[in-house]
Amino acid sequence: MIGQLIMTGIVAGSIYALIALAMSLTYKSSEVANFAQGEMAMFSTYVAFVMLATYQLPFWVAFIGSLLFAFLLGLFLHFAIIRRAKNPNVLNLLIITLGFQIFLYGLVGWKWGSEQRVLKIPISQTETVEFAGLTISQLNLATILIAVLLMASIYILLRFTKLGLAIKATQQNQTAAKINGIPTKWIVAITFGISSVIGAVAGVLMAPITTLDPNMMIEPMLKGFAAAVLGGFNNLAGVVAGAFILGIVENLFGFYVSTEFKSIVAFLIIVIVLYFKPSGLFGTHFTRKV
Amino acid sequence: MDKRISYFEDISLLKDNSVVGWSFFWLLLFGLVPFVLAEYQVFIANLVLVNVIIVLGLNVLIGNTGQISLGHGGFVAIGAYMTIILDEQWLPFLPSLILAGFVAALFGFLLGIPALKLEGPYLAVATLGFGLAITTIIGRMPFFGGHMGIMPPPLKVLGMEMTTNMDFYYLCLIIALLIGVFARLLIKSKIGRAFSAIRDSDIAASALGVNVVRYKTMSFAFSAFYAGIGGGLWAYVLGFISPGNFTPVLSILLLSMVVVGGSGSITGSVLGATAITLLNLQGEKIQELPLIGPFFEWVSANYMSISGLPNINFLFMGLTVILIILFEPLGLFGIWLRIKIYFKTWPF
Repeated sequence: MIGQLIMTGIVAGSIYALIALAMSLTYKSSEVANFAQGEMAMFSTYVAFVMLATYQLPFWVAFIGSLLFAFLLGLFLHFAIIRRAKNPNVLNLLIITLGFQIFLYGLVGWKWGSEQRVLKIPISQTETVEFAGLTISQLNLATILIAVLLMASIYILLRFTKLGLAIKATQQNQTAAKINGIPTKWIVAITFGISSVIGAVAGVLMAPITTLDPNMMIEPMLKGFAAAVLGGFNNLAGVVAGAFILGIVENLFGFYVSTEFKSIVAFLIIVIVLYFKPSGLFGTHFTRKV
Repeated sequence: MDKRISYFEDISLLKDNSVVGWSFFWLLLFGLVPFVLAEYQVFIANLVLVNVIIVLGLNVLIGNTGQISLGHGGFVAIGAYMTIILDEQWLPFLPSLILAGFVAALFGFLLGIPALKLEGPYLAVATLGFGLAITTIIGRMPFFGGHMGIMPPPLKVLGMEMTTNMDFYYLCLIIALLIGVFARLLIKSKIGRAFSAIRDSDIAASALGVNVVRYKTMSFAFSAFYAGIGGGLWAYVLGFISPGNFTPVLSILLLSMVVVGGSGSITGSVLGATAITLLNLQGEKIQELPLIGPFFEWVSANYMSISGLPNINFLFMGLTVILIILFEPLGLFGIWLRIKIYFKTWPF
């Protein structure tokens, strides 16, 4: 039984991990905690839905198309909004992304209404796979696999490619990176794009489990954000670990203690952890200069 | 901007005679407003006043102390539920309202303790979690009426029964006035200067002998007290509350009122609360407006969806917040300042 619970926790955790990873990527390169991450993913999922339902395109075309849209949306957020801020401080940037979140929520609600829709994907939710005594639906298995694959490719991107090197350099010291000829403006924009794509994958994986409506990403987004904070916002591996810990603990709590308070246990853990470790479990605490 | 002659101008409530004159003018205007408005408009004015009370407190936290809170909906909920429960069984209205404010302040103090070490996104998540936790706990406990919500008892203040919206209006106006004056006095006192010092740099402030721990928690408790008072009044103005009223959306709305009005200013709080409340209410039924209404209906029918039209108020709200931060970081108060300076220095 406990194995099954942990398995379900890992499925939830991989969704949280994707969102947490997306948020901490942008946070590291621009100090923006992007609250609009969830709504951007929701918007991209709606784009996939339109391509599937209205234009009758095959699933993979729609999937790639929505990821492309998500990338452009990320670029838009960076170039049209965040870079335009006159004297950006942390508080103002945070509120800008909150504003963008409400804006996208209103836009999607206006365009597609608030009714719940069904996103058809070619992976079954009812057929199950069994291994090592555990039962898991094909969709959940695919969710875990895709999430792990995506995380691995982010790791490879950051570790072994020139673009990854430029991203890391920008994250460490923007001025120094610029002096060395790295187009930091574009690098930050691309980070926003990549984050948005990661979020969109999470959105497409989520939509068949819940349903497609404007509210679908609010809770996963808050949980993903909480997971990122739990793991320590500036440590990508820590963020992923935090997400899996959160997913598993939440599920165990829901079964053994109380299903009613399952949705808030995440935040209680956060407040307690932050009280003892103000920069998360695995985050590095850096002292600020006066 | 203005020329200052003595230090006492900085700490006095009303700076000079022209400010006294203008204060009387606005007071008179606000006092007479409900006579020219229709019944429903007075109700909206009540909502505006309640939001002004909450935003006054939140602005001290965000604008003056530089902390962020995404959980103020939780404090509003505590104030609303405590007032109703106390008023129903134990105490008259005014003592229960004040006591509810203090209960909210106690929670604010408790939230302020972990918030001491946190900043930026960490603080945002901690406060957000607090707000969510409060609403969930209230929604699951039968004592608080659960998801169905509860209704306040008939309102009786100092032996007078208050039933109409106009009665509520004067009650809210008097409380908002008292609370606004208190906030202004606080900002102009030693405590207010300590808040500003912490906002500008908490390390420098503590080096200068400001007790950061004390003033940060005090700021949280203070803004929670205001949210509690506002919540208590809100419950009576609406006539019915349920956990659905206190979602994170409410906290975000309150935050956007602070930003749109102008952070760190009392006038800004009033302007922001008024503007966002009206925008939010009007946005939900935009098709009733002349000229703009039919246009949006046409756009909806051709490009968007008619059923989703009420969601357009979120779109406007988000756009307003983004545009204000990008082009006028001081908010509506900044625009007002610029107009004032333009006319003062005219023709130059």
